[in-house]
Parts: sequence; C-alpha cells; structure tokens
Amino acid sequence: MTGRTEGAVGQRRIVVVGFGPTAHRLVETLAERGFDGRITVIGEEPRAAYDRVALTSYLSGKSVADLTYTVPDGVVTRLDSRVTGIDRDARVVTTADGTAEPYDVLVLATGSAPFVPPVPGAEHAFVYRTIDDLDAIRVASEDATDGVVVGGGLLGLEAADALRGLGLNTHIVEMNQWLMPRQVDEGGGSVLKGHIEGLGLSVHAGAGVKEIVTDAGGRVTGLVKPDGTLLDAQVVVFSAGIRPRDELARACGLEVGQRGGIVVDEGMRTSDPDVYAIGECALAHGQVYGLVGPCFSMAEVAADRILGGPAGFEGADMSTKLKLLGVEVAQFGAMAGALDVTYMDPVGGVYKKLFISDDARTLLGGICVGDASPYTSLRPFVGKPLPAAPADLLFAGAGAAGLDLPDEAQVCSCNNVSAGAVRTAIADKALTDVPGVKACTRAGTTCGSCVPMLKQLLEKSGVELSKALCEHFAYSRAELFDIVRVRGIATFSELIENHGTGRGCDICKPAVASILASLHNGHVLEGERAALQDTNDHFLANIQKNGTYSVVPRIPGGEITPDKLIVIGEVAREFGLYTKITGGQRIDLFGARVEQLPRIWKRLVDAGFESGHAYGKALRTVKSCVGSTWCRYGVQDSVGLAIALELRYRGLRAPHKLKSAVSGCARECAEARSKDFGIIATEQGWNLYVGGNGGFKPRHADLLASDLSTDELIRIIDRFLMYYIRTADRLQRTAAWIESVEGGLDHVRQVIVDDSLGLCAELDAQMAHHVATYEDEWRATIEDPEKLSRFVSFVNAPGVPDPSIVFERERDQIKPMVVTP
Amino acid sequence: MSWTTVCDYHVLLPERGACALVDGEQVALFRTFDGQVYAIGNLDPFSGAHVLSRGIVGTRGGEPTVASPLHKQVFSLVTGACLDDPEVAVPTYPARVAGGRVEVAVRPGLTEAPAVPSLSLVPQPR
Ligand code: SRM
Ligand SMILES: Cc1cc2nc3c(=O)[nH]c(=O)nc-3n(C[C@H](O)[C@H](O)[C@H](O)COP(=O)(O)OP(=O)(O)OC[C@H]3O[C@@H](n4cnc5c(N)ncnc54)[C@H](O)[C@@H]3O)c2cc1C
Ligand code: SF4
Ligand code: FES
Repeated sequence: MTGRTEGAVGQRRIVVVGFGPTAHRLVETLAERGFDGRITVIGEEPRAAYDRVALTSYLSGKSVADLTYTVPDGVVTRLDSRVTGIDRDARVVTTADGTAEPYDVLVLATGSAPFVPPVPGAEHAFVYRTIDDLDAIRVASEDATDGVVVGGGLLGLEAADALRGLGLNTHIVEMNQWLMPRQVDEGGGSVLKGHIEGLGLSVHAGAGVKEIVTDAGGRVTGLVKPDGTLLDAQVVVFSAGIRPRDELARACGLEVGQRGGIVVDEGMRTSDPDVYAIGECALAHGQVYGLVGPCFSMAEVAADRILGGPAGFEGADMSTKLKLLGVEVAQFGAMAGALDVTYMDPVGGVYKKLFISDDARTLLGGICVGDASPYTSLRPFVGKPLPAAPADLLFAGAGAAGLDLPDEAQVCSCNNVSAGAVRTAIADKALTDVPGVKACTRAGTTCGSCVPMLKQLLEKSGVELSKALCEHFAYSRAELFDIVRVRGIATFSELIENHGTGRGCDICKPAVASILASLHNGHVLEGERAALQDTNDHFLANIQKNGTYSVVPRIPGGEITPDKLIVIGEVAREFGLYTKITGGQRIDLFGARVEQLPRIWKRLVDAGFESGHAYGKALRTVKSCVGSTWCRYGVQDSVGLAIALELRYRGLRAPHKLKSAVSGCARECAEARSKDFGIIATEQGWNLYVGGNGGFKPRHADLLASDLSTDELIRIIDRFLMYYIRTADRLQRTAAWIESVEGGLDHVRQVIVDDSLGLCAELDAQMAHHVATYEDEWRATIEDPEKLSRFVSFVNAPGVPDPSIVFERERDQIKPMVVTP
Repeated sequence: MSWTTVCDYHVLLPERGACALVDGEQVALFRTFDGQVYAIGNLDPFSGAHVLSRGIVGTRGGEPTVASPLHKQVFSLVTGACLDDPEVAVPTYPARVAGGRVEVAVRPGLTEAPAVPSLSLVPQPR
C-alpha cells in the first residue's frame, strides 16, 4: 500500500450496506474511476448482486450465474450477512453475527421490501423480490393448481405471468378499478384487461383481500375477497407495492420521510454527511424511485461525490415501457394534460394516448397499450414542440421514428444516456454497431428497450450497418435470395458479374450455392455449381481432420431393418471404416479416402440407402421415439410421422442445417423441443414447436400451433421452412432467425398461418417443387462418369491412394494419425 | 527448369483445385476463372492434412486465393502466403499450359516460400 495519508481522497474505508443493483453500480463506478481505498459490501442475500429487473427470467431457464453481476476486483463482499445496527459516533456498523465493520464513509443501499398488508393469514403468502422468493414459489407451485397475485401493477402482472408459467390457473386481485393504475388510465386499463383475460388469467379489479385461509395443516386453500367470495388457491403472492427499507436509518436517527425513505440531498448525502443513501431506499426530491434507471444515476452521483466530484441527482424520468404477458405497455412523461388525443381499438387491443399542452404545441406525455412504438419515437420529445400532427404521431410509429432527436433528449432511461452522448460516442470512437455503442455508453445494457433507437442513431450518423455477405456482395443473404429469385438467375457467374465484385470466396460461394439449390433443386455438382461447394458438398461427405471423409446414409426416423444394418456392417468391414452411432439416430462410417467414396456408395445405393446429407446445410434427421405402435404411453404414431417428414424434406438446402424430431407423447423421449421444428403428439393430433436447437447456445423450441391434423401440420411446416429459407441470414439457425425477425414468432405465425403477406401460395408451390424434383444426389453421382472422375486423390495418378493418410488402432477400430506441423 | 506434365487442361474445373503427385510431392493445382493455372503445396500448414486442393477458390482484394477446407484460412495462389496469418506461407510452384496440357516444375530451390511478402499481401479486413 502506498502513501496512506489521513483524509486524502481514495484511502478511506467505504462500507456499503445492501448488495442489490444500486450497490453494484456504486462499487463498479468507484472501481472504474480508480478508487483505491477499501470497499466492503455487506449484503443480506446469500449471493452477490444480480439483475433484479430480469428476475422473472430465472423461472424460464436463466441461471443465477446468468443474472449475477461481476464483482470488481478488490471489493470485499460479505454475503448472507445482515446489518443490524449503525453507530454513527463510533463510525461502525454491526452485523447480525456480532461482527463490527468500521467505516469512514457509509453508503446505505438497502433497497425496498414488498409491502404485505396486515390481513389474517398473510404470513402464509409469498412475495416476489429475490431469487430465494422465486425458489420458494416454484416449490409451492409443484403440487398446486391455482394461484392468486394480489396487486395488478407492473410487478404484480410480472408475478402473475410467472405463476402462469409455472402451470397455475392464475387470478389477479387489484384494489384499483383497473390494472397498472400508475402507468395507464382507465381506457388503457380496460384494453389491457382484455389482453390479460385473453391469455386465460382472471382479473378481479376494484377488489381487495379480507383474509387468506388455510386448512387444518396450515396449508393455504384460498383468498377471501372483502365481499366474502372465496378464490381457491394454494399459492398467494403479494405484490401490492414496495416500502423503502429505512429501518436502519431510522434506528440511528437519520432523517426519514413521512411515508418512508431516507432523506438525501442532491449529492445523495443523508442528514449525516458521512452517510449516503442511494437506490430504492432513498427519498430524493421528496420521492422514492422504484425503477432501476434513477437508482443507477444515484449510485453514479454518490460515487462522484465520494471521489470529491460535484455531481448532482436531478430527479428522473419515470417513464416505463415493458412487455408483460406479451402485451406492450408504456407510459412516458405526464399522465395528464390540457389536451389529449386518443386512439383506441378494442378489437385489435391497441390504446394510445398523447397529452398535449393547452396551446397544442408541446408534448407532455403519453400512454400506450398493445403497441408501444410511440414510446420509442416520442418519449425524447416530452416537453418539446410536437414534431408533427398528433394524429400522425399516434398512427405512424415508424414515420415518427424518422424524426431527428434533439441532442439533449434522453435515449436510454435506464442509464440516463442522451441522444447527444450517443452521437458523440459514435463520432469520437468511430462506432459502427450497437454492441459498440453499448460498450461505450452503457445505453441499451439494462432493459434493452432503447436498442431500436440506438440503431436509428447509428444509421442517422451515416454509419452503414453493414449487412454485406462478404467483400464480394454488398447484400445480405435474404436480399441475394430475392435477387436470384426475382431475376431468375441460375449461376454464380451471372450473379457476381451483375451484382457483385471479384470472384467470390468461401463465404459467398457456398451461400449462393445453397440459394440456387433451394430455388432450383438441381444436382449440387452440376456444371459450375460444383466449384461453389465446400469440400463436404463437393465430395458429398464430411471431411475429417486427416483429409479423409465420413459417410452417413439416411436412416429415416431412425428406423432400420436388420438386413440394412447388416449391409452397413459389411461395407464398414470391407473398407476398414470406423463406425459410430451418431446423436441423430443413425450410423456414421469414418475414414474413407475420396477415391473410395463412389465404391462405398455404390454398395449402399444398391442396398436401398441414400444420402443422409450430413455434409449439407440441409435437413439432417427427424428423430423419433417408438410412439404408439409399441410404447404403452404413446398417443400417435411418431415413427410413421418422422419417416414421412424426413422423406418430405430430405435434400432441402437451407441457410443452415435443419433438425427435427417427433415424440409420441408429452414425455418427449425424442427431444423434439431441442429441434428447429419439433412435433409432440397430443390426444387430438400434433403440437408443433419451432426454433429449438442444441449446440453452442441451446434453446427450447416455442409452440407455434397445437392439436393439428397431419395435413395441417405438414402445411405449416412447409411454409415455416420455406419462409426461413427465403429470409434467414447465412448460417443462421431457425432459433436465431426467429429472434432476429421483427415481431418474432408472432410475425412468423401471421405470415405462415394467417397469410398476412399473401405469400403462402408461393411458399407452398416452392415446397411442392422441392418434393416433386428431389432425387438422391449420391445415386445421380455414381451414375455419372463425369462427376465420378473427380473422386481421385491425384489427377495424374488416379489409382494411387494418398500416402500421407495413416491410421493407428484403438478399441479394435481405426483412428487417424495426424502430425500437426 | 524441368517441367512435369500432370493432366489435360480441360480436366481442371474452372475455379476448383485438383492434386497431383510429382516426385513424391503433393501439388495443389488451380484453374482460375480467367484461365490461369497456379500450383501451390497441398499440405495445409495449420492442420497437417494434405487438403488445400479441395478448398474454395476465390479472390481477396482481387488476388486469387484458396481457403483451406478444414479451418478456412485463406492462401494466395500467387505467392503462397497465408492472408490471415502473415507468419505462414505454403510453397508455390511454376505452372503452365503447353499443348493443352498442364505442366508444373517441382525443384528444390523453388519450393521455398518467398522470404518477404509483397505489399499486396498485407491481410485485408474481411
Ligand atoms: C456425427 C455427429 C456426432 C455423433 O457422433 O453423434 C456430429 C458430428 C458433427 N457435427 Fe454435430 N454431430 C452430430 C449431432 C449433433 C447434435 C445432436 C443432434 O442432432 O441430435 C447437435 C446439437 C443439436 C443441434 O444441432 O441443435 C450437434 C451440433 C453441432 C453444431 C452446433 C450447431 C449450432 O447451431 O450451434 C455444429 C457446428 C455447425 O453446424 O456449424 C456441428 C457440426 C458437426 C460436424 C459437421 C463438424 C464438422 O464440420 O466436421 C461434425 C462432423 C460429422 C461427420 O463428420 O460425420 N454439430 N451435432 C452427430 C451426427 C448426427 C447425424 O446423424 O446427422
Ligand atoms: C420482479 C421485478 C421486476 C422489476 N422490473 C423492473 C423493470 O422492468 N424496470 C425497472 O426499472 N425496475 C424494475 N424493477 C425494480 C428494480 O429491480 C429496482 O429498482 C432495483 O432492484 C433497485 O435496486 P436497489 O439496489 O436499490 O435495491 P434492491 O434491489 O432491493 O437491493 C437491496 C439489497 O439490500 C439488501 N439489504 C437490505 N437491508 C439490508 C441490511 N440491513 N443488511 C444487509 N443487506 C440488506 C437486500 O436484501 C437487497 O439484496 C423490478 C423489480 C422486481 C422485483
Ligand atoms: S415420448 Fe411418449 S410415446 Fe414416445 S417413447 Fe417416450 S413415453 Fe413413449
Ligand atoms: S432504456 Fe433500458 S437499457 Fe436503455
């Protein structure tokens, strides 16, 4: 330790009480700004600070690690330890276990606690604030059928969505006459209610709680409303508001507000200048801020002050935009004004209202339900002259989005970043993409709702968000697809001469080959196309680390006869290949040299096998479980369907590989939800899930449609695949594609189920063409001497095997020997 | 210089490679779209496998190239230099078309990679 002089900045002991997002932002800011004193954070929860805003994602698969913030180096944390007393004279805090922690500067960041009304039985209810709370709710929901959330505000609806996700039949009880009274007015509330009820939740507005009743064993059985009616429920969650945790401050004599909250000045100092309070426990400008954005600003102000800076907290915009249960709700600026303009569509479930000053010139605020686009485009104009006629602003979200934002307009409310700051960062740091802007300004890193605006600012700064495939084409794959389709282009040469530069590369050539194959379905090695293919497609096999290839015959649905199994065994034995059962329910034969491939395939084709396209960006396998034919639980013939689907889509070239599976019942033995399109049998038919994959970033598929007949199912899959093929980026699996499509799965559903773009007939015809013109490319290859002549190790010595290929043996099979240079 | 005939010119597909075995040396041959013929070593220095003849042929900044089929590093067909890693190069061999046939010269002195890459070989951003 160097130069510890009493009183100088940077050598003091800072103790932070509470380890939530605000405390984390404080220590992170201090660390970033080079504070070199000692920082100790004492938190009552058993874990380091985590992203509470994203709490609900913990129930849908995010892990604690995903949500936890990184603790900056050098910060001492004491977890699972509650501060019980503050001695301001001695400058010491004590924790529940009796340990004393001396401080020079104390920061209270104790957040808030859910308010639980004092009704009989309330002690049996849950709250929704921490990871531990969610664990408890999850356990209690395991053998429950019904749940009630008390409170229909932002957090209450989020909790209700969580209960619904846990499979409970869910009720929402709200004291006010409508839902989300802090964000929407009565009209918005009624539209919102329509959405929520449409999802199967019951809304009891204008109702309170009389008591929570239990059975003899103390187990919750229901909630009684003030009018005496009983709602059956085994899980009750209170989300009826929050109260600042100011108990420590109160006990040590710091000034607190009448209705709670630790009083602070604009530098976040309490009535004791050595004690700061930040985040949800603080009462700044007479207000407690229950949103994370202002809390972060407070943390930054306090950090600056501790370091001797002049920063001040000026209050904050309490605008909110969120997507709850799939419904967009937003509120910005004031919730009243001399004039207002309302657009209401109860059928479409859209409600938008703008508040305007009495001279009809200044935008004061707005409310949106069902379509929050005005939030993004108009929030920065609050307090400023209306940029266009109000009606236009309400209708043309997109048009309004084209408006130029003033520099001082706030773009990211979570992190208080202005349009000017983003523009400066783009210019000074020569930023070219959203991740760059996020890293430099923090904008967009919390709730993400401002990301569309960041994109817009990038574009307006003249940054071309490059979608170019590579140096040879300035187009995205989807654009090239359309060029090829609309202009009827049949060769790579024609495409690059007219729409590109140079002669292509390993990125654009296979991508164009795939587009040509999707649209024309000719042989992949026909004419010029052969030169476009990756070595895998070129030799119709998968290259291995030593330059040999693997052979994967198609085994549709994983069903195979003993005779065919024997053929595979014989071929492997004859050519000395290594054999392995793959994860795709088929058999892979490894170690073939190029000149052996045609002879191997001749044997396989004669025995009735065809290419398994393990090498292609194409359909791989449709896995199946045994299904109703044998399995005592099966409700449909999953093997039969898997085979039909595999035969239908075999050979279909796509932006990336496609995998599928069919399970015969909800036990899901075929792991269909990990596939690009997965099918699970129901008593009535089939449920179709899309957008799943394993691999680097596993994702479960989402339900696209349920209880389909086999014909309906196939029609929807046809369109799903063709729409994907048409619009996805190169090497973009369906999961990433759906995430990238504006409007996500809902949009995809509209296009392929409701035909919103009028495309379905075309997509259907394209798939019909594929099915009708499919031919096995290995059979076609062994029948064509010209194509076969390429399968040699050496042009000048066709009979000579590559001498550099050598094997050793392991567990009775061959294994490549490679000398890495 | 001693030339070895390896195959008929028309056997080489435009923009695709083939491998020839010359004096025990594996030579990757390429015919580019403009009809030129190039020869480089077939050994991929990154993987240790003899596979460069099976890569995708293209251009980078106008320079004819091949990308290794294993891990996609791009090599100049003109100089043998790896355009993604200035430390690495593969040998190049003189190649020509004579009487409708492709000939290459594999001589010890010429199998060395150029000592100093020319300016055009500075890796270009993708
Ligand atoms: C053989 C096999 C492993 C095995 O022995 O079980 C395998 C082998 C390869 N996989 Fe795989 N994958 C195999 C099943 C899987 C599975 C499991 C499944 O399909 O049920 C997965 C995870 C599920 C998924 O894809 O969603 C899987 C995820 C990958 C990925 C990551 C994909 C992603 O989206 O993140 C790659 C890389 C890629 O495709 O870009 C990959 C790529 C590869 C490649 C092609 C790598 C390569 O380029 O050389 C491997 C060569 C296959 C060959 O030479 O024959 N393999 N691979 C399996 C062949 C299945 C088949 O019969 O076709
Ligand atoms: C489900 C949910 C969804 C939300 N969604 C949004 C959203 O979309 N947008 C938004 O802006 N905000 C949202 N919020 C609010 C946001 O999470 C809070 O504004 C933010 O967490 C406040 O941070 P904080 O650090 O001040 O307080 P907290 O997060 O409450 O952290 C305080 C910490 O201090 C600890 N503590 C308290 N007293 C003591 C003590 N005596 N000793 C030791 N430790 C103590 C507590 O255990 C807690 O860990 C949401 C909140 C929840 C619960
Ligand atoms: S998913 Fe259902 S039908 Fe299929 S094997 Fe498993 S239990 Fe049987
Ligand atoms: S507004 Fe939430 S991250 Fe920008």
